[in-house]
Amino acid sequence: MAEKQYKLVTCTINGRKRSEMVDVRASLSDMLRNDYRLTSVKIGCEVGECGACTVLINGEAFNSCIYLAIWADGKEITTLEGLSGPNGELSDIQQAFIDNTAAQCGFCTPGFIMTATEILNSGKLYSDEELRKMLSGHLCRCTGYENIFKAVKKTMYSRLGMEYKEDDGPVSDIKVLNSLDFDNHRTS
Amino acid sequence: MYDFKALYEANSVQEAIRLLDEHPDAVILAGGSDVLIDTRSGKLAGREMISIYGMDELRGVSIDDEDNIRIGSLTSFSAICRDPIINEHIKVLAEACSMVGSPQIRAIGTIGGNTCNGVTSADSASTLMAYDAVMETEGPQGTRRIPISEWYIKPHQVAMAHDELQTAILIPLKSCSGYTGCYMKYGMRNAMEITTTGCSVNVKLSEDRKTFEDVRVGFGVAAPVPIRAHTAEQAVRGKEVSEENIRLFADQTLEDVRPRDSWRASKDFRLHLCRTLAEDALREAVRRSGGVING
Repeated sequence: MAEKQYKLVTCTINGRKRSEMVDVRASLSDMLRNDYRLTSVKIGCEVGECGACTVLINGEAFNSCIYLAIWADGKEITTLEGLSGPNGELSDIQQAFIDNTAAQCGFCTPGFIMTATEILNSGKLYSDEELRKMLSGHLCRCTGYENIFKAVKKTMYSRLGMEYKEDDGPVSDIKVLNSLDFDNHRTS
Repeated sequence: MYDFKALYEANSVQEAIRLLDEHPDAVILAGGSDVLIDTRSGKLAGREMISIYGMDELRGVSIDDEDNIRIGSLTSFSAICRDPIINEHIKVLAEACSMVGSPQIRAIGTIGGNTCNGVTSADSASTLMAYDAVMETEGPQGTRRIPISEWYIKPHQVAMAHDELQTAILIPLKSCSGYTGCYMKYGMRNAMEITTTGCSVNVKLSEDRKTFEDVRVGFGVAAPVPIRAHTAEQAVRGKEVSEENIRLFADQTLEDVRPRDSWRASKDFRLHLCRTLAEDALREAVRRSGGVING
């Protein structure tokens, strides 16, 4: 670039309003890691495939590596650091990852937990199939998917006040809110 | 850091058109799930970028005064999937958009980008083809409306000049009313997958649900650009809803498709997919319409 371009980016990060002059070429993950030292935002593939850099933007999960920092202006950003309480108390989903041994090397963990946070915050009950689809934007190189899936599913059950049993069978036996339920759709 | 020569932010359609005119080599950056990746890989490195991502006026789904469903070009796939107007009138578009990439890609990817990059594998394109969508563009010469049948020129090239901007995709309500669709995508895995071949079928059945009043089918990766299979549509229009006619329809799609060999799949496999997907998608569309085969 002939001369450097900067832009003032003001956004809310983990509940606090922050402002920083940012190089327009920076990705959101560059800004969060380098300017704000939020190193839970992991840079894996840098092309939006692995999901390690996932953060919530206005409550929705995005890959911060393929999101320009300047686009964050005026937005509300949540990273893993924003999930724990004032004295470092872990959130239920973070604790569930520990309890279910859902972290091995740990590189994919923050990203998975951010997507799980969006899923859990919806307050809905999802079938196994739906959950798997919603978690499909993350790669775990240790291939620890079963325990990750279990941690998310157990937390979903506990938030909904339902008892989780290993041999519960597929959740789809229960009436599930499914945004793509074609059987209820008829055009006349 | 991305390797940009310069980055300009457009805050209105007029500003975007002016910037495009001033920078003849600039690339439009919508959601960036193609452009930023190509910048990273080097293909688009060192270029001038015009970011339109901040233009909220190009987001959202509404019904306009002319009875069209109007999808702003920057509407994300995930916004389309949960939109009540889409789910009421053209649910199959939500189904197709729900198969793009991953949840995070659907949050950033836009339907405008999906149709302006001119690729045949675009998951939304075969459905837009099958519902006779119209592309709305703005440029120095004003507004243009281009039927999707005239939109795709060749791979990576659409019927839009450099200083024009796609602002919306219109789907006539009359093109949706009474139709029920089904999109089927074949890929090697269930997520983060570029379509090997995709097929979007929709049907309008007669009142007694025994006759195909109309059938329409669009394909992705069955030709260099997304296509309709008019021969197959013609073959069963007005005919009885039967297994024989569903198979006839599937066979006739081979008259219109012209897939090629690529590292992803062979031509022969894609021909097989065209027939099989068309058959399965039509059968499913009939089921969703409440039709009974050989009823």
